[in-house]
Amino acid sequence: MAVAKKGHELIVSVSPHIKSEESVSKIMWTVNLALLPAFIMGVYFFGPMAAYTVLLCIISCVAFEAITQKLLNKKITINDGSAFLTGLLLGMNLPPSLPFYMPIVGSFMAIVITKQLFGGLGYNIFNPALIGRAVLFLSWTRAMTTWHEPTAGFIGLDAVTTATPLGILKHEGLGKLIEEFGTRIDLYIALFTGRVGGSIGETSAIAILIGGIFLMHRGYISWHIPVSFIGTTAVLAWIFGGLPGGHGGLFTGDPIVHILSGGLLLGAFFMATDYVTSPEVKTGQLIFGAGCGVLTMVIRLAGGPPEGVMFAILLMNCFSPLIDRSLKTQVFGSIKQ
Amino acid sequence: MFKNGIWGENPVFRLALSLCPAVAVTTTVKNGLLMGVSVLFVLVMVNITISLLKPFIHPKARFPIFMFTIATWVTVIDLILSAYARGVYAEIGLYIQLIVTYAIVFSRAELVASKHKVIPSAIDGLSMGIGFTFALVLISFIREILGKGAIFGIPFAESSPFLLMLLPAGGFFIVGLLMALLNWIDIRFLGKTPISGGGH
Repeated sequence: MAVAKKGHELIVSVSPHIKSEESVSKIMWTVNLALLPAFIMGVYFFGPMAAYTVLLCIISCVAFEAITQKLLNKKITINDGSAFLTGLLLGMNLPPSLPFYMPIVGSFMAIVITKQLFGGLGYNIFNPALIGRAVLFLSWTRAMTTWHEPTAGFIGLDAVTTATPLGILKHEGLGKLIEEFGTRIDLYIALFTGRVGGSIGETSAIAILIGGIFLMHRGYISWHIPVSFIGTTAVLAWIFGGLPGGHGGLFTGDPIVHILSGGLLLGAFFMATDYVTSPEVKTGQLIFGAGCGVLTMVIRLAGGPPEGVMFAILLMNCFSPLIDRSLKTQVFGSIKQ
Repeated sequence: MFKNGIWGENPVFRLALSLCPAVAVTTTVKNGLLMGVSVLFVLVMVNITISLLKPFIHPKARFPIFMFTIATWVTVIDLILSAYARGVYAEIGLYIQLIVTYAIVFSRAELVASKHKVIPSAIDGLSMGIGFTFALVLISFIREILGKGAIFGIPFAESSPFLLMLLPAGGFFIVGLLMALLNWIDIRFLGKTPISGGGH
């Protein structure tokens, strides 16, 4: 029997035959890199406590990933950056200063319960970072809604608490919100740069946009989910945004305030686009984004808390398998059932 | 046979039956213990009654007769508790009445009491009841510590409790993690292959 020379074996394999250079870990680390601007802006505005909170989330997420995989006798894959990304996203969704155990509990719920116990990367139903945040939000609502005045600089640990723009908008109206910042243009500028109260990584619109556009340019996320999510939110904000509070009427809302404030941009670019928990079909992604937008505006305008992006994305995560299934095209050559 | 209900076929952790009370009432050890003892009482009495009555029960009419027997004994425990334990009854009274529908009582009547003599049936009811009580006390002990910062109703922590653990979702997390822990002990220390739970 002739033995083929090394390098000349006949390789018989199933398709795909041409493999891309992209790998899970490369994508994950690129997304981490894309979040860097927003993280830097968060630390710049909220001081060293913000960096401490985010680092605590990252370290505990990576540690929980390693411990769980070790206990479940799985291969330890903390180098692929997915646990790092979960920790980074969780930290950026938290208020700047929290007692040390809250980020750890959030990381536990995100990595152990939501991700590893459901089968690890690629098998989770819900976005792990958002589940971690939702658990913290429901358990320690007061600590999770104590926002700090952005100080722009490392002044000290004594932070002044403040309300988020959406909180003011919900409870006191748009007029009061504009009054706080001077003029309407000043408000837009503050929202665009991130000089407002909020979670560490969500306030600076410009930094998130840089990261998001970088990811789109590299082809790691498609435009479908962010555009339909933000577009639906904007349209609904314009139509119904003027209604609460009794002033104005239909078509008097301010869509720009709604787009730039809260976690909408961070959610639309970095969390709704999670490969695992969003539909694969492009039409499905448009539906997914639109659903997120509708739920966000329903919660913002008619719900209890002032912000609804987190619950909107988590609720739509439930529907993404259904969306995919209902839009699945027929496989070429197969017989219709 | 006696150990069966506590470890090998624990109603909550192994058979995954009657998870509704295991999640709903287990916010404090007191509630969990009282719920467990009530179910224990109903299980033993129903098993004895069915076992005694089995020559007179027509096989085709057995389900309605089981239901009536269970409902009778649930009414007894319901009236006893509402008379002697008013405080706890106000909290978990609804779930006491719901014992009628618990699959664990019904399944023991069908699987054991209608086929065995009185003494083995009573022992099976006792075993299952103790297993159920053990599960509820364990779940509620953990949930009370995490959710209320208290042990047996005595608070030890000043800090804000982990509220999620008092919500139903937290109950499911604890039940699931305890199931995993028990399976892990079985595989690791007792050398068994895991059995998958039933559930309804």
